[in-house]
Amino acid sequence: MCVALPGIVEKIEDNNVIVDFSGNKVRAFGGFCKLAPGDRVLVHAGCVLQVVSQSEAEELESILKDIDVIGGGTPVRDVRSFADEAAGAVL
Amino acid sequence: MTIDEVKDALAGYDGRELTLMEVCGSHTRAIAEYGIPGILSPKIRLLSGPGCPVCVTPSSYIDRLLEIGRQPGHVITTFGDLMRVPGSDSSLSEAKSEGVRVDMVYSPMQVVTMAAEEPEKTFVFAAVGFETTIPVYAALVDCIIKKDIRNIRLLLSLKTMPKVIAHLMEGGAAIDGFLAPGHVSVVTGANAFRPLAETYGIPFVVGGFEAKELLLAIYDLVRLQGQGVVKNDYPSVVTAEGNPAASELCDTYFTPADALWRGMGTIPGSGLLLKKEYRRLDMGSDALLSDHKKNAACICGQVLMGKKLPGECPLFAKACTPEHPQGACMVSGEGSCRAYFVYQR
Repeated sequence: MCVALPGIVEKIEDNNVIVDFSGNKVRAFGGFCKLAPGDRVLVHAGCVLQVVSQSEAEELESILKDIDVIGGGTPVRDVRSFADEAAGAVL
Repeated sequence: MTIDEVKDALAGYDGRELTLMEVCGSHTRAIAEYGIPGILSPKIRLLSGPGCPVCVTPSSYIDRLLEIGRQPGHVITTFGDLMRVPGSDSSLSEAKSEGVRVDMVYSPMQVVTMAAEEPEKTFVFAAVGFETTIPVYAALVDCIIKKDIRNIRLLLSLKTMPKVIAHLMEGGAAIDGFLAPGHVSVVTGANAFRPLAETYGIPFVVGGFEAKELLLAIYDLVRLQGQGVVKNDYPSVVTAEGNPAASELCDTYFTPADALWRGMGTIPGSGLLLKKEYRRLDMGSDALLSDHKKNAACICGQVLMGKKLPGECPLFAKACTPEHPQGACMVSGEGSCRAYFVYQR
């Protein structure tokens, strides 16, 4: 039920926006975010919840890179217990 | 580090045995669909917690919706997820086939148009959900108030995630880390889980919904075991503070209240009701205090609390199937019993 899908803002009319989901255009409530046409947004139940900050590919790459830094470059295949690894990059 | 290395590390993990829990129906479904439990070391156990809003909605809520729908001039409006959830005697789907008007919508905001087109009817929205969906209901209430719409009401079953996680932990659940719900966190912010992480000394990792994102989040839970920290592995949409505009509108109209969870009982302060000044829009949400099982042998409550796996239920895949569900966990596409039935048997 908490499924949310990414789409592109096509048009803004006050608090309502038209969001393009791969050609399927849907009206959504946009009052919770500052929006501009062309923004990639996350929509849940007809409501824009957030502007997507970067592509999923970039996101995954950045997190994986982050883990390397945390692990100090230790080859992961040699790690059989993580208990002693230092924590880092937490909020 | 590559995702293949993450996968290999999870498959070869040989540290102490870990039990990790996800508390999001969409995670439940995605984990099962991608076959992730089959990739992990036997020392990493994944459990599904009470993260599917449909699954935790008590029977008395469905009963009350049916009671309202049978009154002349009333129309029930709902997301499709709720249609087959069993009440004490019937479901919305069964009632619809008997002539009760139940209209499915994509968004609660559609009801504003529907109500304007049929001013002689009273439209009652079945407002069920967690923090992801609650802002949408706040937007609907805001519209009702500002436009002075007289023929829209709500029946609420709104629940909040941190309270139920605390309830599980206080009840003695031996959980070593939580995969924090991705889209709940979009609204609440990842920091909402920090007090829980610090109190119970376990990691909370916010994860996305793709296979790689899930593996990465599980990897981080394993790596951070024993540490009371929060990590955000879904930063494209989740921030530390969430969506303040959405949270502010929720705070304008809703106030914390005790809530009844299907199979789990009442958890103090784990729900939301309309504030007193807006309670006139409500159809009796504060009086929904009973929860009846359709089948006495159903163990949905224990499954939701991570005490039992779906396959341990005597009804599973026998009396209880997606075609003939006995409990809500088999109804929803995001319920743990349904996911287990479809993907993991």
